[in-house]
Amino acid sequence: MTALLEARDVSRLFPVRGSGSLLRARRMQTAVDQVSIAVQPGEVLALVGESGSGKTTLGRMLLGLTAPSSGQVLYKGQDIAQAPASALRDFRQAVQVVFQDSGGSLNPRHTVAQSIALPLRYNRGLAPEQAEREVDALLEQVHLPPRHFRNRLPHELSGGQRQRVGIARALASQPQVVIADEPVSALDVSVRAQILRLMFDLQQTQRLAYLFITHDLGVVRAFAQRVAVMYQGRIVEQGTADAVLDDPQHAYTRRLLAATPIPDPRRQQLG
Amino acid sequence: MNSGATADAAAPLLDVRHLCVDIAQGPRQLRVVEDVSLQVQRGEAVGLVGESGSGKSMTAFALLNLFPSPLARVAGGEVLLEGRDLARMDAAQLRSVRGARVGMVFQDPSSFLDPLMPVGRQIAEALVAHGQVDGSRARVLELIDLMELPQAAQVALKYPHELSGGMRQRILIAAALAMKPALLIADEPTTALDVTVQAGILKLLTRLRKELDLGLLLITHDLAVIAETCQQVHVMYAGQIVESNAIEPLFDRPAHPYTQGLLRSVLSPQSRAHDLFSIPGGVAIAGQWPSGCRFHPRCPIMRPGLCDTAVPELGSSGQGVDRCHLSGAPEAIHAWG
Amino acid sequence: MTAFTSPPMDTAQAGPPPPVYAKPGFRQRLLQRLGTRIALGWLLLVLLLALAAPLVTAYDPLSGGDNALQPPLSAGHWLGTDDLGRDIWTRVVYGTRVSLAVGIISAFFAVLIGVVLGAIAGYYGGWADALLMRIAEFFQTLPRFVVALIVIAVFGASLAKMILVIALLSWPQLARVVRATVASLRQSQFVDAARVAGMGHGAIILREILPNVAAPIIVIGSLDIASAILIEASLSFFGLGEPNLVSWGGMLNDAQQYLRSAWWMSAFAGLAIALTVWAFNLLGDALNDALNPRAGHTP
Repeated sequence: MTALLEARDVSRLFPVRGSGSLLRARRMQTAVDQVSIAVQPGEVLALVGESGSGKTTLGRMLLGLTAPSSGQVLYKGQDIAQAPASALRDFRQAVQVVFQDSGGSLNPRHTVAQSIALPLRYNRGLAPEQAEREVDALLEQVHLPPRHFRNRLPHELSGGQRQRVGIARALASQPQVVIADEPVSALDVSVRAQILRLMFDLQQTQRLAYLFITHDLGVVRAFAQRVAVMYQGRIVEQGTADAVLDDPQHAYTRRLLAATPIPDPRRQQLG
Repeated sequence: MNSGATADAAAPLLDVRHLCVDIAQGPRQLRVVEDVSLQVQRGEAVGLVGESGSGKSMTAFALLNLFPSPLARVAGGEVLLEGRDLARMDAAQLRSVRGARVGMVFQDPSSFLDPLMPVGRQIAEALVAHGQVDGSRARVLELIDLMELPQAAQVALKYPHELSGGMRQRILIAAALAMKPALLIADEPTTALDVTVQAGILKLLTRLRKELDLGLLLITHDLAVIAETCQQVHVMYAGQIVESNAIEPLFDRPAHPYTQGLLRSVLSPQSRAHDLFSIPGGVAIAGQWPSGCRFHPRCPIMRPGLCDTAVPELGSSGQGVDRCHLSGAPEAIHAWG
Repeated sequence: MTAFTSPPMDTAQAGPPPPVYAKPGFRQRLLQRLGTRIALGWLLLVLLLALAAPLVTAYDPLSGGDNALQPPLSAGHWLGTDDLGRDIWTRVVYGTRVSLAVGIISAFFAVLIGVVLGAIAGYYGGWADALLMRIAEFFQTLPRFVVALIVIAVFGASLAKMILVIALLSWPQLARVVRATVASLRQSQFVDAARVAGMGHGAIILREILPNVAAPIIVIGSLDIASAILIEASLSFFGLGEPNLVSWGGMLNDAQQYLRSAWWMSAFAGLAIALTVWAFNLLGDALNDALNPRAGHTP
């Protein structure tokens, strides 16, 4: 089965600021180092790593926002860097994103309806009236009654509500893969599971695939089928969630597990 | 509220009684912290847990009158540190207490370190501010050592941007402990850090607590962190303490529906998909507190006529106290089913 | 933690949106200071005079008469006459047209050039950015007034030339601000989101980025109007204005020999210049405060 979205041997280097001069080449820093990862249709793949692991950069490359320095990003087997315009349009429609902080990913001047309408107008080419109806339907799907929410500005919403808008916007394109970059990290604990549950239900009803980027192992087990662990630009371990979390092979994975605090006072591993 | 063994042997290091904090909003005063009482003993770690809008950070600021906004002020209650009321002190007296008897560490280490000064000098500033000029260099190195940072002399010369996030936080802890205070207040000290770095900081704090007999007040939203480090816990919601207890009884038999829901919401590597649980609705907003019990709109066992009209007081339940009208009732034991 | 079995989950209940506190609207913020209101009043008056000039004046601004050098409050000439017998009030009124025309049109072109070039430089970066910024620097280092002087002295005086010269000298400052703002906005997540939503580069610049740049553009634009008026006045004062048009600077030029003896020839024109420039500056300031509501806003 061809993977839906795949990174094949991708690397991404960034020039180090301040290095290099007229005579010396600039030093390069490797954010992502020859990573291969594939998302199958309908599956939830978690990408776990801490800051500096390169997970966000990898996510951006899979979204086509950043070009890899080497390697290929493939959508349904086709390299997006070489794809003709029509294939690129398909890619844009099929691969969507939910960011960590919808406060930053929603244009502060656009109402909720306007933000959600963007992909409807561009990715799906809907006419304005059609788009309006679709916006309302999407808001219902994420449990935000349109009457109350469609004309709100981002700063007039709570964090959880903003995330729901971000999810609605991602769904607007009728995607097949949603890349979620730390979608619940900025939310209150009592609200996190609401959003996760929403994403989980949507995945079931719409057969979505997720690439779930997170640093939180607790979220992983509850939600993902497969896990890839990233450390310093490389994938150090990959496998089913149960396998990786119950029997970690790589030293870093073990360190990550050991460092995750457990909400059980009788099992203190950090004290 | 005392953990079983130590009775009322020693007077508490920190004794907060019925603390209230108001924020001026136009002509009105908005009460964001109401009737908060807690105690910290020497060598004990007490956790204050709550989500956004719970008032936990405001409580932390109130203890040392270090509000970020001039519109906030302590509106009532006492903050007794070693018997002296900090809330009644004037600016000069408070300055002598801050740093010397109480140290404070905040969430984002970068905002509290001067980017233009080597970190060793910034720690020394804490000493110099309290009149300890001689021997400050030796003390700085001693402190950096205590923070488990190797090559103290080299670290002291580095600028903040040359250090990692975890190291910066350790420097801040070092500065906070420079004058050997009896109490350390840590407000979300690890929230901005990676989980492996967080683990190191939490281990350090526990070690310091034991070695220096330090009282630790840890404010956080992360219940797992509390479980790992604290002996006593206070749960805050909408400006009030809704439950207080020793750590194990709280996790085993949470009394208040909010605490129960919060504990259920916490995800750990052991959770499974069907364990996804969340408390419906959103956190209450200051100024829009629901009538009666502030949790009642989200509460599964809410009793109309009672919970939406009468304000619950703190009452004891088991080893702890909680603020629920139905505490002890059969449906309250597993409020969420 | 013991493993519970979950009750049927209620994923709904997002909760009501947080209440929106009524904030003072844009107009309120703009007009809250007395100085701003006076400035706006003055500018409105200037505009009305410019539009209705023939209606509020009784004389021909260009042709003189016999009543030379009449002081203010003379019969029929409430502001007096100049050395050629021309009515001062009429000339001041007609002068508003030149000032407003030069000020607004040159600022308009400066904004047009500045926004286009600045947006391109900021969005695409790379060599386009480097090239455009070098060009902008070149223009910026030229001393505005001296260049205008030279161009007009060499190529002849006309209103159009003056507008062009002022526009060419003013666009760099705006372009730099636009470039910086666009470059930083380009990194924002909502621009990423727009790309993922299928928007092309052009649409992103127009719909997502430029609206967020509008505020500094408006502010700098109004300040540009003020300085354009001042430059025009200075050039006309040196006799480089278009000879057949009435302008305040030109009036000052005429009044040079009569500064002491016929103070009214220079005073009213000078006052008009000062008040109008001041008013535009104040407007720019007030717009800046009004368009940045975060300043002073309690979180």
